[in-house]
Amino acid sequence: MFNPQLDNAGRLRHLLSIDGLPRALILHILDTAAGFAGLVDPRREVKKLPLLRGRTVFNLFFENSTRTRTTFEIAAARLSADVINLNVSVSSTNKGESLLDTIDNLSAMHADIFVVRHAQSGAPYLIAKHLDRTPGSNIHVVNAGDGRHAHPTQGLLDAYTIRHYKKDFTQIRVAIVGDVLHSRVARSAIHALTTLGVPEVRVIGPRTLLPTGLEQMGVSVFTDMKKGLAGVDVVMMLRLQNERMNGALLPSAGEYFKSYGLTAEKLALAAPDAIVMHPGPMNRGVEIESSVADGSQSVILPQVTFGIAVRMAVMSILAGS
Amino acid sequence: MTRAAPDGEALYATLRDAIAAHVANHRSLRLVGIHSGGAWIAARLQRDLGLEGDAGLLDISFYRDDFNRIGLHGQVKPTEIDFTVAGAEILLVDDVLYTGRTLRGALNVLFDFGRPARVDLAVLIDRQTPDGDARELPIAARWAGARLVLDRASEFVLSEKDGRFDVAIAASIRTGA
Repeated sequence: MFNPQLDNAGRLRHLLSIDGLPRALILHILDTAAGFAGLVDPRREVKKLPLLRGRTVFNLFFENSTRTRTTFEIAAARLSADVINLNVSVSSTNKGESLLDTIDNLSAMHADIFVVRHAQSGAPYLIAKHLDRTPGSNIHVVNAGDGRHAHPTQGLLDAYTIRHYKKDFTQIRVAIVGDVLHSRVARSAIHALTTLGVPEVRVIGPRTLLPTGLEQMGVSVFTDMKKGLAGVDVVMMLRLQNERMNGALLPSAGEYFKSYGLTAEKLALAAPDAIVMHPGPMNRGVEIESSVADGSQSVILPQVTFGIAVRMAVMSILAGS
Repeated sequence: MTRAAPDGEALYATLRDAIAAHVANHRSLRLVGIHSGGAWIAARLQRDLGLEGDAGLLDISFYRDDFNRIGLHGQVKPTEIDFTVAGAEILLVDDVLYTGRTLRGALNVLFDFGRPARVDLAVLIDRQTPDGDARELPIAARWAGARLVLDRASEFVLSEKDGRFDVAIAASIRTGA
C-alpha cells in the first residue's frame, strides 16, 4: 500500500494514519509528548518552546471541529509557530475551487505544516501525495480526522492516556464501546493499541454499528456489553454519531443507552481501578451516564490536556525531519 | 592527536575545591546541572559543598540550534527548577565546554523561567582543539576541573558509576558544526 508517511530514512514525513507506523516511532512520539508536560510549570515565565519558531502551521478544517482545531492551535502556539486557521468549509470550496487548487494556493503562502480535517476518507492522503509530487515542496501533512478512516492524533493521545495511568501496555485489557462503524477514533485506537502490544482489545457494540472484518484487526467482538466489560482495565467510550446515521441502524437513543450506555452498574464489572475515556463531545445519557463521566474513574478531561502535548510532539517531530 | 583519558575523580576534586571558597561566600547560589553529565556533577557538588535542597536539572533538547537539521532524539528529561529564577544567582554546571552551543541553549531555557541576577559556568573539562578555535560562541567557564586539548575527531565521555566519575575518550559522533 502507498505509505507516504515515512521518508527514505524511516522518519515521519506526514502523519496520516497510525496504521503502518512502526512501534518504535509511536513510542518516540509518546516519549516526546511526555517531555512537554513540564511546559505548564507555573515557575516558567514563558510557557512556550522555540521549536517551531519562524514556521507556519495552517489548520485546514474542511469539516468543523472546535475542540480538535483548538488543541492543534494551542499546540502550535506553544511551539512558537504562527498559526493560521482556515475554515475552508465555508470559503473557497463553496466558490467551486477544487481541493488541490486550494492546497496549491496555500502552499504558495509558504506553509510548513497543514493540519487537515476532512469529511472524505483519504483527503489528507490525496493532499500529501500531491505535495510530495510538487517540486521543492517540504510541507508536512497531519491528518486531524478524515471521514470514517482515521484520526491518528486522537489514537496517539488515547495511547498516551492509557500509558500515563496503566504504565505497561502489555499487561492490560481494553474495551472500546459503541458506534465503531462510523468511528475513525476507534480505528486509530485499535491500530495504536495492537501495535503497542496490548494483548486484549475488545470491541463492544450492536451488530448494526460494528463493521465486518473487525477480527482481522486483532480484536475480539462482543455484542453483550456486560460480558465485554468483565475485568477490563480501560473503557473507551465512543460518541454515538447521530449526524452520521443515514439509515435506521438503531431503534432509539433510549434503547441504545439501556444496552450500551456506560452506567456505574456496568462499570462495576470492569477492574476496580479501570479508567473511563471518551474522545468528546459526549452525549450524556446516550452513551455515558453523567455520574460516570464526572466520576473518579473518568480521565476524560486529562485526555484533552494530554492531547495538546501529543500534538506538540507530532508537529515538532515533523518539523525536525 | 591522541592523549590519555584524564582522571575523572581528580578533575572533580579540582573543580569542587575551586568553587568551594566562592560558594562559602554565596550561600544563596543555586546550582543547575545540564542533562546528563552536568546534572550528575551538580548533584554531587550540591552535597559536597553542603548546599541545601536539590540541584536544578536542565534539558536543552527543545532549545538546540541544530533541531531543524537533526530533529528530536532520545527521551527528553523534564527540566526541574524548583526555585524562582528571577533574581537568582545561578551556577550552571556541565561536563564539557566545547563549542559553547549547549550553553547558549541552556541560557535560553533559564531566561524562559525568568531573569536571573547572575549566571556563572563551572565545567569538569574546558576543552580546546589543537588550533585553539573550539569555541563557536563567546562563552567561557569561570571554573574548570582542567583545560584540555583534544583533536576534533574525538570527544570526552563522562560516566558515573557508584558515585564516582570516569572520563573516557571516544571517536566523535558529532556530524559537524
